[in-house]
Amino acid sequence: MASDRTSSVAGEVLLATRSITKDYPGVRALDSVDFDLRAGEVHVLFGENGAGKSTLISILAGAVQPTSGKLHFRGRQVSLHSVHDARELGISAVFQDLSLIPQMTVEENLFLGAEPRSGAFLDRLRCRERARAILDELEFRIDPAARVGHLTRAEQQMVEIAKAFRSDLSVLILDEPTASLTSLETDQLFNLVGELTARGIGIVYITHRMAEIRQIGSRITVLRDGRRVDTLNAQDVSEEDLVQLMTGREVGKIFPERITQTAGDTVLRIKELTTRDGTVESASLEVREGEIVGLAGLVGSGKSELLQAAFGSRSIAAGRVHYLGRETTGHGPKRNIRDGFLYLPPDRRSEGLMMMRPARENVALAALDIRPFSSGPVLTPRGERRAVSGMADLVNLQPRQIERTVDQFSGGNQQKVMLARSLTREFRLIAFDEPTVGVDVGTRAAIYEFIVGLARKRVAIVLVSSDLPEILHLSNRAYVFYRGHVQAELHGAGLTEQAVLANFFGRDAV
Amino acid sequence: MSVERAAEGAVARFLKRAFVRLGILPFLLLAALVIFSLMSENFLTSRNLTNVLRQSVYLTIVSIGQMLALLTGGFDLSVGTILALASVAGAMAMAAIYAAMPEAVWLSIAFGCLAGIAAGTMIGVVNGVGVAFFNVSPFMMSLGMASVGFGIALYLTGGVPVYGMPIQFGDTFGFGNLIGIPTPVLVAACLVLALYAFLYRTPYGRHFYAVGGNRKAASLSGINTRGTLFLTYVLCAFFAAVAGILLTARLDTGEANIGASMPLESIAACVIAGVSLRGGVGRLENVVLGALFIGLVQNGMNLARIESYLQMVVLGALLILAVIADQIRLKYLATLKD
Repeated sequence: MASDRTSSVAGEVLLATRSITKDYPGVRALDSVDFDLRAGEVHVLFGENGAGKSTLISILAGAVQPTSGKLHFRGRQVSLHSVHDARELGISAVFQDLSLIPQMTVEENLFLGAEPRSGAFLDRLRCRERARAILDELEFRIDPAARVGHLTRAEQQMVEIAKAFRSDLSVLILDEPTASLTSLETDQLFNLVGELTARGIGIVYITHRMAEIRQIGSRITVLRDGRRVDTLNAQDVSEEDLVQLMTGREVGKIFPERITQTAGDTVLRIKELTTRDGTVESASLEVREGEIVGLAGLVGSGKSELLQAAFGSRSIAAGRVHYLGRETTGHGPKRNIRDGFLYLPPDRRSEGLMMMRPARENVALAALDIRPFSSGPVLTPRGERRAVSGMADLVNLQPRQIERTVDQFSGGNQQKVMLARSLTREFRLIAFDEPTVGVDVGTRAAIYEFIVGLARKRVAIVLVSSDLPEILHLSNRAYVFYRGHVQAELHGAGLTEQAVLANFFGRDAV
Repeated sequence: MSVERAAEGAVARFLKRAFVRLGILPFLLLAALVIFSLMSENFLTSRNLTNVLRQSVYLTIVSIGQMLALLTGGFDLSVGTILALASVAGAMAMAAIYAAMPEAVWLSIAFGCLAGIAAGTMIGVVNGVGVAFFNVSPFMMSLGMASVGFGIALYLTGGVPVYGMPIQFGDTFGFGNLIGIPTPVLVAACLVLALYAFLYRTPYGRHFYAVGGNRKAASLSGINTRGTLFLTYVLCAFFAAVAGILLTARLDTGEANIGASMPLESIAACVIAGVSLRGGVGRLENVVLGALFIGLVQNGMNLARIESYLQMVVLGALLILAVIADQIRLKYLATLKD
């Protein structure tokens, strides 16, 4: 794949921006950015949250109009007034929020807004044929008659990509496409990307993951504060360079020093637990005071589900949970939180935060029954404000305005609001489920520091993560999950990338 | 010239900011005050405004209950029949006890009120069970119970108004004054204050906002979401039932046909006051203002001799206007924050 890519780097320029600027009231999101995309390349856009990546691709896709600057397509100046205009030229974007209607079938979604017709009526037969033709061409094994809501996240993304092929495609924009994919699905997507570039399609690709840049990127454009910092060849740039370009400062290491303290008493012991929905089967694990235990595995391997079951937000069919030496099987979140066990969910938008409420209320949510948030049955607003302000300082919330509603913070700072919740009580055990999803590198380093800091204070930490480096660098011990089972327990020198990966796909793969 | 234009620009910016911050209600209130004082000279008199207050009491009480349902992301369409059922059951119980024991006036009033409130609140208990424990959508649940409640009220009375309550009931709770304030207004004020303390000074109040803001996050933070939802509909029904009893005292009869306009008017009062239909957003004091605003508009239209049928048109239009204004506000909010 790599050789295909380098050979096509010299392709013609498909899409180019000249001094594109976008102003929003009070802020300049893009400042005179030059960007060009050549046929057959994967051009990675890289930058922290809020650097202007999303604004740039929205302009390229016709969803947002620039304040000034020009846009050229195949050497001709164009102005895109809508997503529809861009589609006409063969420019399609797959955003993180998929624009699919879950109640409709794959084929209905594919041709939504451009339904094949005969006279005034829908031509269902032709619709089915054309849908099948597109899916076959892309080698997607998806039934055109399947309901989109029943598909996996990866399959839905494939449908979204297939939608781009309704007309002749020349530019495909992918916005963090792997954020919610398993590594198998990611490989599938990368194969597709390779095929598309071989056909001369140019791809604009946004990602936060360094490994992906190396794997599929041809060139990288780094954005910071709305300006283009540099455009580089993916092959001749090191990770450190990229981080430095992106943050504008030297970030020695993303990961803090591993904790070496000896672990204390067992805090959580799960014995042969099976969930009622079958996502976890007879899994056992142990977590001790002052250690960080990593849970690795593919999405759906049961690593999150096991912790949810122990926390009481998922029903248990069999097995036992012991917390602090007492049996707590079947205790709900309320009791567990009072006993000092907190689980922070992976999806802050749908499970973690009240987006329309102030940061203060979001932080305080799990501790309204204790001081300084309340005394007896009465809330104590002043104590609450003071406590939350202190916690905002500790997690370095930007901007430091605790009365702002959460949806007005950037993704990384939203995550910090949720993390601050772990400071509101004296928790003995905290489970972080994918704590750095969709978070820029600077914030990520801060989050790692935060987690390690808690462990140093003898809190027992469970780190559920699909990001392998996270598991390898932070945890003292790790369990690898596969299809609802604990496949392996690794520690010390045995905790290596090879060892974890070998267990990702079950014993047969070893 | 350019100075004037700059000043205009500043005023426009100020208005836009005020709109984003405060919502549509202050503008509507101001417009209503100006329009109705121009249309009728009797409008802006202290006597008339006291009248508005007295007439708006019932809607205010129902609206603060409706607000709870909206906060948690639902709504209650059965508030009208809760009002009617409370009225009918309360009046029948009071009349029966009074007929059996004519000397025990205050006993009959107390038991009658309790019976009415209990009957109305029962509708809320059923609503709460359906919504919280069987996951029935609030729309279907309260729509169904609206029919059930209305049917029971009609069945109990045969469609005929209930008479025979002690005269002291109407004299005290309908037309009377207590410490110089009309009793219904006093009752409403007490309820509003109590709910204010509950919503903003106890953790339980925060729970309503949390369940509406993000039910899953609330549950993972140890909040009893089912219990909160259940309590929402019980409290909402309780408030509507109290309004029903007060209205019965005012009318001096128990009637199954009162309260039909309450679902629309109470939701309108909340939405005009900036309560989000998506849940999680809204302030109690604004809802009280919203209810008073609707009372003000109705009073103003009466003084201006606008036909009652046309008044319905105006009210529906106002509700839709408020929702549109809310959408525009969200859009402005988005541009201001970027």
